[in-house]
Amino acid sequence: MATPAPVAALNLSARFPGSVTADARPGYSGWIVEKGKLLEVTQALRDEFGCDYLSSVTGVDYLPEGKMEVVYQVYKTTGGPGLLVKVQVPRADPVEVPSVVSIYPGAELQEREIWDLFGIQFSGHPDLRRILMWEGFAGHPMRKDWKEAYYEEDGKPFKTRWPEGKHALAESKNPFGDNISYPAGFDPEKWIPEDAEKALYGALARYEVRDEAGLGTDHVIVNMGPQHPSTHGVFRIAVMLDGETVVSLKPVMGYLHRNHEKIGERNTFLMNMPYTDRLDYLSSMSNNFGYALAVEKLMNVRPPERAEYLRVMMAEMTRISNHLMAIGALTNDLGAYFTPMLYALEERELILDIFEAVSGARMMCNYFRFGGVARDLPEGTLQKIKDLFFERLPRRIDEIDRFLTENEIIRARGIGQGVLTAEDAIKYSAAGPLLRASGIPYDVRRAEPYSIYDRFDFEVCVRQNGDIYDRLMIRFDEIRQSLRIIQQAVKQLPEGPVAAVKPAYQVRVPAGEAYGRVEGPKGELGFYVISNGKPSPWRYHVRAPSFINLTAFGPMCTGQKIADVVAVLGSIDIVLGEVDR
Amino acid sequence: MDVKDLNSPGYEIPPEMQGLVAITTLDKVYNWGRSASVWPLMFGLACCAIEMICAAASRYDTARFGMEIMRPSPRQSDLMIVSGTVTKKMIPIIVRLYNQMPEPKYVLAMGACASGGGPFKEGYNVVSGVDKFIPVDVYVPGCPPTPQALLNGLMKVQEKIKGEHWKNSRWYQKGPDTVEIPVPLLGPDLIDPRKIGLAQTGAKGQEA
Repeated sequence: MATPAPVAALNLSARFPGSVTADARPGYSGWIVEKGKLLEVTQALRDEFGCDYLSSVTGVDYLPEGKMEVVYQVYKTTGGPGLLVKVQVPRADPVEVPSVVSIYPGAELQEREIWDLFGIQFSGHPDLRRILMWEGFAGHPMRKDWKEAYYEEDGKPFKTRWPEGKHALAESKNPFGDNISYPAGFDPEKWIPEDAEKALYGALARYEVRDEAGLGTDHVIVNMGPQHPSTHGVFRIAVMLDGETVVSLKPVMGYLHRNHEKIGERNTFLMNMPYTDRLDYLSSMSNNFGYALAVEKLMNVRPPERAEYLRVMMAEMTRISNHLMAIGALTNDLGAYFTPMLYALEERELILDIFEAVSGARMMCNYFRFGGVARDLPEGTLQKIKDLFFERLPRRIDEIDRFLTENEIIRARGIGQGVLTAEDAIKYSAAGPLLRASGIPYDVRRAEPYSIYDRFDFEVCVRQNGDIYDRLMIRFDEIRQSLRIIQQAVKQLPEGPVAAVKPAYQVRVPAGEAYGRVEGPKGELGFYVISNGKPSPWRYHVRAPSFINLTAFGPMCTGQKIADVVAVLGSIDIVLGEVDR
Repeated sequence: MDVKDLNSPGYEIPPEMQGLVAITTLDKVYNWGRSASVWPLMFGLACCAIEMICAAASRYDTARFGMEIMRPSPRQSDLMIVSGTVTKKMIPIIVRLYNQMPEPKYVLAMGACASGGGPFKEGYNVVSGVDKFIPVDVYVPGCPPTPQALLNGLMKVQEKIKGEHWKNSRWYQKGPDTVEIPVPLLGPDLIDPRKIGLAQTGAKGQEA
């Protein structure tokens, strides 16, 4: 593959003189676009400059400057670094920005999230409703002047905890004795509840069927979740049906919205590391990786060689354990109830043993540090890794493959079902296995190599059909490639220190912005961090692949049978900790 | 449990009958049966749910305790394992599920979040522990608790069941089978119908 022209070299201000200026703030990059020209510029980016993929959209609240900013991250699916495009609007209600859904449909859920959390209205958005919080919730919580009920201070460590250590229960400081705050003058007895579901059901496409005699049939709405065994957590789906066929489908989320970003902006930089574990809780090491990369970009440190190898090994082990779980869960959804899952979990436990040995925890590893990793491999672990990844796992993966992939039911329910074409995959900003199973060989490890991935010999897995079966098979392919990487890394693993800087509770992070992205097991996992030189980040945003992959969920299911909805969801492989954050 | 364990002390059994006959109390048999077949609700909330799955899977295997049958329907389950962060958006559904479970029912709060909010306690959408709304029988600490810790918690539930007396059980008393907990509402913030009075006075305090 020829190296594409770096996107950053594109001169947008020459193409749009006057309305596009380079972002000249120290530590920042990208282009600032005038609000009125946004659609024109994004259209040109997509059609003229070849930036066909909108990776992430996020809002930033610059309260002291009285501005709100919307940041778009676009890049080419042929590879290369991304390009940041920003729109600034005055911070006076109603804050309003044109929606780019007509150009990049992948922005749909992300713009809804920005509306929910920042209160920025996107004019022209087809379905602008709250997404993580419920309709009727007071305020837009990610705004800097919005304080939560247990608010203490803007940044940690709180003075009550350190150095005085006079901590009392948070409940005791709240007038309601609970994590609750109502707007002034609110009286719950006079409050009239609105129909919360009206807007949701209104957003589903309607249809009308009339037979020759003029008799009409009514539509059927089916709700699945949030407590449903096949939705992989607390996820809800509202489906409009015509008989058994899906006419329209809307994902409903937010049931696990744990305010990761709001808490992350109170935490110090290092405190966020264990929180990233809990995003995609099946692949905590990869989440650590992305966050460490973003902050290291700002701090301008590089980990020592041995730490780089350990990082890559751990990230690839995470990918294997995640894909094992994904295969188990997908076959669960296809009707092979729990038996393949047991085979997969047996192997996953062995990988978790290694995590426990190196980091001390099975799932929430908290292993990465800025400029290295927390500790070196304990004695004997390298031998365990060799035994598992050279001997046992290659055999066991082939075995699971042999048991499952020729199975008649899996083939019948997988082949040709839930198809996502290559164009649609790019359009809806699908990432990771979902994108590659649709025939787009895009992998961040190759497209913009981070850490030491350029030293390893591995293939970017790609499948052509974009159906459920391909998305199952691509996970087997990726496990095999990860095994190759781990085997090479173990052979090349150098001796030496595992941290470039002395461990410290507080790190100095210079002001500026950074976007660190890794190819997580679920797709591109990005961390957009803005520092203003203070101990906590000013803005901390997670580009969550599970969340953005759900944009394509509705279109993939339309026209399918209701039973396939479950299988399509299983093949996307979502984790709710990351969808809702 | 063999015949010897089942026998209650204080009853003389002739030597030729020992091993064949046991004289015991109704409580012991009744509690033994219940504690050895607790059916948990298949209900995963967050990270802890993965450890709950691991506890049910190949290595740890809750089937050894008669708990392998996870029921997706609350109507068929005895034990609710609240496995993860309870959010304000989710709590109405959790309370509704709890109300739908038939007596006798038990609740196990798994992990820091379900027990008291955990690392996410300060979050605006997080409920500070599921016990603000439903009664909890056993708390399991950890973030997430290892499968061993969960198994220990499940054994505590069994211990609790074994210590119960059927005559005092609330589900055999006169009156309604079960006490329904009012389902919280989602207004400008979470509204607990049991605390509307407090919300009014609290709101006045806030205004002043």
